[in-house]
Amino acid sequence: MNYDPTRRSALRCMGIGAGTLFSLSSGVLSGFDLAQAAQPGADSATGTPLFVQISDSHIGFNKEANPDVAGTLAQSVALVNALPARPAFVLHTGDITHLSRPAEFDHAAQLLSGLRVAELHTTPGEHDVTDGAGTEYFARYGGPSKNRGYYSFDHAGVHFVGLVNVMQFKAGGLASLGDDQLGWLKDDLSGRSASQPIVLFAHMPMWSIYEPWGWGSSDSSQVLALVSRFGSVTVLNGHIHQIVSKVEGHVTFHTARSTAYPQPAAGVGPGPGPLSVPHDQLPRMLGVTSVARAPLHQPLRLTDTALA
Amino acid sequence: MHVPTSRRAAGAILAACVVLTLSAGAGAALARQGDTLVTIKSFDFHPMTITVPAGATVTWKNLDAEPHTVTSTDGAFHSPALDQDDTFSFKFARPGVYKYLCTIHPRMVASVTVK
Repeated sequence: MNYDPTRRSALRCMGIGAGTLFSLSSGVLSGFDLAQAAQPGADSATGTPLFVQISDSHIGFNKEANPDVAGTLAQSVALVNALPARPAFVLHTGDITHLSRPAEFDHAAQLLSGLRVAELHTTPGEHDVTDGAGTEYFARYGGPSKNRGYYSFDHAGVHFVGLVNVMQFKAGGLASLGDDQLGWLKDDLSGRSASQPIVLFAHMPMWSIYEPWGWGSSDSSQVLALVSRFGSVTVLNGHIHQIVSKVEGHVTFHTARSTAYPQPAAGVGPGPGPLSVPHDQLPRMLGVTSVARAPLHQPLRLTDTALA
Repeated sequence: MHVPTSRRAAGAILAACVVLTLSAGAGAALARQGDTLVTIKSFDFHPMTITVPAGATVTWKNLDAEPHTVTSTDGAFHSPALDQDDTFSFKFARPGVYKYLCTIHPRMVASVTVK
């Protein structure tokens, strides 16, 4: 597992609008000051801004770890709006709400409507579909996928695929995509040029970070087999409320911070619940991920920016 | 016939007992023998296995700050997300083994056996 909590020191905060840019092209994370990346003419270093990932907003949560998740989502929206180059769209990788309640979805939609971007794309988290069929989620976000949840679209030559790995469970095991979705994905990718960059986004990690806490997807290896022929694959997930990255061949895996509250590192404590930290530390553990297209034949560039 | 005061008192007490018994019987319909509480704490159901008579109601109470669901694997019952201190109840009319899990944390599995 390519995760070192001490790397958090590389993510030290530099105020809203600042952050750290990670180049993943060598397979080793290396940090750059986002302010540097924002300099005019820096495109060759940072690539073209494509989109921003927001995750795990948990609107409705009101406990000690963060009594004001609406406030921190609003700060995250402001952070996106203040980026030096406006992203084309925002991906929300799930757990928009905490308890799948209609009022929570409505509140989240109100806050997310403040994003100054053209489109909002989503995939559900397990907290968004606790009503079983996902009625509330699909009533609001089911359109692009015809209420399946998984769908794809193209932007700036990049093929984006939203996957759902929070609605099929094997009791006692990991979540899965299921055969129907895998079949759809195979069809969706067939005939595409191997040189087209692929971005997969789903809520739960598409690689096994820590199975005892369900931090993985049981059939993710079948997904990765389907994308193995592509030269640039970026897999974006949420769910674990902390940054974990790794690179395997042409595939970059990355989990985003939450906008609501952090969770413990894998295996620390009884389970993957909210982690309470001193109040002044919280904004440093929340944030968004912006993704830029890199120069030709380079992986997409991922930049994590904390709220403070 | 002369009835000693003490016997009249005993009769009154007996009558009162009948009433009390009837009252207890009515109460049993509300809280039947076999009704059981399962708590959810530290990402586990406690106890993980229970056996109850047919007709018993099982109530789950989530004590974690993290929400959980109580979802049977065969679709027999499905709670909404239970926030801290929320409860969910289900009356088991028919015998059988009912496995269930938390759909937020599907490694949390447990079962109810109804006899």
